Amino acid sequence: MYPSRFRYEAPRSLAEAISLLHEGGEAKVLAGGQSLVPLMKLRFATPELLVDINNIGGLDYHREDADGTLRVGALCRHADLERSALLPGKQPTMAAAAPLIADPIVRNRGTLVGSLCHADPQGDWASVMVALGGSVVAQGPTGRRTIPVADFVTGPFENVLAPDEIAVEAVVPPHRGTPAGGYLKLERRVGDFATVGVAVAVETSGGTVTRAGIALTGVGGSTIACTEAAGALTGQALTPQVIEQAADLAAGAAKPRTDHRGSAEYKRHMVRTFVVRILSRTGPAAGEQAAAGQPGPGPEAERAA
Amino acid sequence: MTIVYDDLGDEATADFPARRIRFTINGAKKVAEVEPRLLLAHLIRRGVGLTGTHMGCDTTNCGACTVLVDGKAVKSCTMLAVQVDGHTVETVEGLATASELHPLQEGFKEEHGLQCGFCTPGMMMAAKALLDANPDPSEEEVRWALSGNLCRCTGYQNIVKSVLWAADKLRSASG
Repeated sequence: MYPSRFRYEAPRSLAEAISLLHEGGEAKVLAGGQSLVPLMKLRFATPELLVDINNIGGLDYHREDADGTLRVGALCRHADLERSALLPGKQPTMAAAAPLIADPIVRNRGTLVGSLCHADPQGDWASVMVALGGSVVAQGPTGRRTIPVADFVTGPFENVLAPDEIAVEAVVPPHRGTPAGGYLKLERRVGDFATVGVAVAVETSGGTVTRAGIALTGVGGSTIACTEAAGALTGQALTPQVIEQAADLAAGAAKPRTDHRGSAEYKRHMVRTFVVRILSRTGPAAGEQAAAGQPGPGPEAERAA
Repeated sequence: MTIVYDDLGDEATADFPARRIRFTINGAKKVAEVEPRLLLAHLIRRGVGLTGTHMGCDTTNCGACTVLVDGKAVKSCTMLAVQVDGHTVETVEGLATASELHPLQEGFKEEHGLQCGFCTPGMMMAAKALLDANPDPSEEEVRWALSGNLCRCTGYQNIVKSVLWAADKLRSASG
């Protein structure tokens, strides 16, 4: 399969890339290309201009600012996050998700920022970033703006970027307590979309939850932010009763459909199970385990038989 | 659509409405004039004429088209040929020398790691990327590294054994 014809530009600077986009016409930005290239081959995407940002230096970072803000550049690959020394202790939810994105070869090219822009309703990173309260930084001709991920995606495969804006960075705000949480994904096999994905991010201080975020993948037409479930955790100690209550609320927020991946009832049940499973490991012991553990073979994946 | 020249250092003469790229494939320097929409897999197969890289699903699933770009495994059906400008590509043809099989190829032979052989080049290149980074992988690490490559014949058992065989051989050769 071939994409339809397009003009290809590979600028060396963001300013040049933005001015190419500013010229007008239907344009797409190429980062990892692991979603865009297949879409172009299927002719679902037929841009007139493709702006390849892979030759722009200085976008492949993920780093922590002095205040604890995490920044992920537009060319930071999933594999960079999977092998990150920074994430396991600081961002356990992201560390758990990185090895579960697509498959190992796709992870060598694909990017977190690109996944967010692609806005696939089944995307894993969107749930993780919603749970963490993350944002996307967009750069255009007049400067930069920061958009919360929850507002960034407006529908399936749609985002709020202007035609001449590039998403240059994803940002996760600093923790106010000890971070814990995880991402669990039920998938039939590696590389399949999630049957159910659950992202949980909590911060605790003195045994009490100071901030919580829960978001779901694959159980509705879009990423689902479970604000009620998160609210039930905030200000509480993570007792079995509190965890069960949050899990029930999260399962209630899911809008699963019966399809070839499973029945709606099964998916809803798995949302509940995953919330309990992630939160039951949370606490000082789980935090230490997350810090010491390498994201190696088969960490959090739950594969259906 | 695609013309590949041996890179003799001088400028190629043709004036195509395409993009000129320079790249190295299995150690040989090449110049090519490519249409931007040409896929890397097609540059390799039709342009360079190396048909060991197989096109299976053409949808980023199966991994049969796996090659290494700058040492990293990529699915060559999901990368544009223009993107390897200035980069290094390794394909399955680069594994063996004139006189010797690569230990991975020996391993697949010794452990019966293939039946129809369609997925084998992609399996070997994904395995090469693993062994270059981790010379002593566990069975689980091998399975993890090959989880983006599909095989419909073997049930994977012998493929995993083949890669572990090659890892042993490579370690004993270097140690």
